[in-house]
Amino acid sequence: MTQEAGSATRVATATLLDWLEQMAVIRGTEKAAHDLFMRGLVKGTTHLAAGHEAIAVGASAALRPDDYVFATYRGHHHAIARGASPEGCLAELMQRSTGVCRAKGGSMHLTRADHGMLGSYAIVGAHLPMANGAAWSARLRGTSQVAVAFFGDGATNIGAFHEALNLAAVWKLAVVFVCENNRYMEYTPIASVTSVPNPAADRAAANGMPGVLVDGNDVVAVHEAMATAVDRARAGDGPTVLEALTYRHFGHSRTDPATYRPAAEVEEWLARDPLILARRRLAEWGVPQADVDAVEARAADTVAAASRAAQDAPPADPEDAFTDVWADGGWAWRT
Amino acid sequence: MADLTTYRDAVSDGLARELRRDPSVVLLGEDIGAAGGVFKTTVGLFEEFGADRVWDTPISEQAIMGAAMGAAMTGMRPVAEIMFSDFLACCWDYLANEIPKARYMTGGQVSVPMVVRTANGGGLGFGAQHSQSVENWAFTVPGLKIVAPSTPADVVGLMASAIRSDDPVVFFEHKGLFASKGEAAPPEHVVPLGEARVARPGDDVTVVALAATVPLALAAAEQLVEDGISVEVIDLRCLVPLDMATVLGSLERTSRLVVVEENPYQGGWGATVASIVADEGFELLDAPVRRVAGENVPLPFADALEERVIPTTGKLVEAVRRLASY
Ligand SMILES: Cc1ncc(C[n+]2csc(CCOP(=O)(O)OP(=O)(O)O)c2C)c(N)n1
Ligand SMILES: [Mg+2]
Repeated sequence: MTQEAGSATRVATATLLDWLEQMAVIRGTEKAAHDLFMRGLVKGTTHLAAGHEAIAVGASAALRPDDYVFATYRGHHHAIARGASPEGCLAELMQRSTGVCRAKGGSMHLTRADHGMLGSYAIVGAHLPMANGAAWSARLRGTSQVAVAFFGDGATNIGAFHEALNLAAVWKLAVVFVCENNRYMEYTPIASVTSVPNPAADRAAANGMPGVLVDGNDVVAVHEAMATAVDRARAGDGPTVLEALTYRHFGHSRTDPATYRPAAEVEEWLARDPLILARRRLAEWGVPQADVDAVEARAADTVAAASRAAQDAPPADPEDAFTDVWADGGWAWRT
Repeated sequence: MADLTTYRDAVSDGLARELRRDPSVVLLGEDIGAAGGVFKTTVGLFEEFGADRVWDTPISEQAIMGAAMGAAMTGMRPVAEIMFSDFLACCWDYLANEIPKARYMTGGQVSVPMVVRTANGGGLGFGAQHSQSVENWAFTVPGLKIVAPSTPADVVGLMASAIRSDDPVVFFEHKGLFASKGEAAPPEHVVPLGEARVARPGDDVTVVALAATVPLALAAAEQLVEDGISVEVIDLRCLVPLDMATVLGSLERTSRLVVVEENPYQGGWGATVASIVADEGFELLDAPVRRVAGENVPLPFADALEERVIPTTGKLVEAVRRLASY
């Protein structure tokens, strides 16, 4: 049955300060992405993760550098948490040749494969089976790597989710399925189309694995719940579903004003902003305000420099359209 | 006389050779383990290589494809079996959106060296949902290599190349050929991807064929000897890479082209062959290009109906005769 993760235990002050800085970098990058979009410098679409920072930072902190992460089109926070630079991410959004995917991916496909961040996928649910594959591969190669799939609440009603959970349990794979439940799919509440109250965690029992609910805005709680699931996976005891409750600060994508969300609900969740919660906890621990201000100022500088550098970067080279189809680097399909 | 073997046994032989050679090769699919596969194409592999190399899966085509993809991205060379090619529709996202795009959309950060094996095509009376020839589905997707062997030796040689390829490969095994016999592959047999084979040299008409239409074309060529028509049969072996150099080279001599393909005329791969010939080989031609293809209907069950809508030797003979009269 679905469990609630316990209250957060204490981590080192320096650790929480570091997590706050990472969250502030992500928040700043998302705001920069939004501003650049409004100025017409980012084309296409964005799905901003502002509000979801604690999930990426808390979960990543529980992983080893060689573990694998798969994310969705709402994945800027995971790319950055796994070491993609804000500059590379913003450059990708602005179609610059210095983008993390050389401007061939865009906002929805940020990837940092050399850090185990194996991609952001924009077909809902498709990457859960891939995370199984990475965990299966780790078993076959005799490593103790763990694979994580981050996905939205909406993904819990697609077939790939259910196929993935069953296979992960049957093969006892070292996978953690992390649902970022922000209560909405695009514009429709998940509750209105789902048979159970907790769309991810309540489905875990049917697949013979623990389903755990955690406050996705509390970075310390996310880290703790994730560490438990990762330990279990690494020990060979199988997969876990972790459902992290959160809320997005922007609309679904682009300029969506999200008027379908009740004002009181928005207010309640904005008051539970993961950065506010982290600051409050640092204050409770007696950390001087100046120390907190210092890391946030540093994060702001990081983002400002990244945004400037990305804007100054050269545009994508049109000839790059014909690279990277095949392993030989080219695109030849016939003689 | 060389050893003869079946196309079916060549599949397990080809897989076994690569499993022996490379510890990163691993198989997954429905009923492929102790059961040996519904077409008996994995017989003996579970016994020789064990449960760590040959994995039975649930009936979860998306989970199979996703697992193969994730494993391929992280250092393995998985070979996934999708029992009937019709079922590719149940996991089409992986072939259409995930596997062929991962390298490209990450700017080259990710590699997906995997093979999807699947039993394709008609002729066995399995009805509309188990008999289609769907190689043209894969042919619509840039980023997939596509193999469809016609002989046991090619099954082995192309399997070796497919598994060793750092690109994703869809490997169509033709159901109608499983029982057919041919020369066994010699040791270390490797057939490169994208090199067509002249299955029968000839001077008057070029027939381009693939998989089960190759023996069909050879039978037609034999019949046409009586008409005094010399047919060159080209076995494409692969749709991607597509060996148009061999086709255009043949047309320089024959000036006449018939394409014989089992997938439907509507959207069939022969249209691409014809369009390239129209673009680049127009001056070579003395006659219009003809396509003998599946008809644009779902595959019917009864033999008499199925025969009506898939290419047959008779239909090909007729097409070649008309072309030769130009
Ligand atoms: C298979 C598929 N169906 C529909 C869509 C269109 N779509 C994109 S995002 C989205 C909502 C997904 O909601 P959720 O999983 O809760 O993630 P969130 O956007 O809230 O992070 C939809 C329906 C898609 N990308 N893929
Ligand atoms: Mg959602």
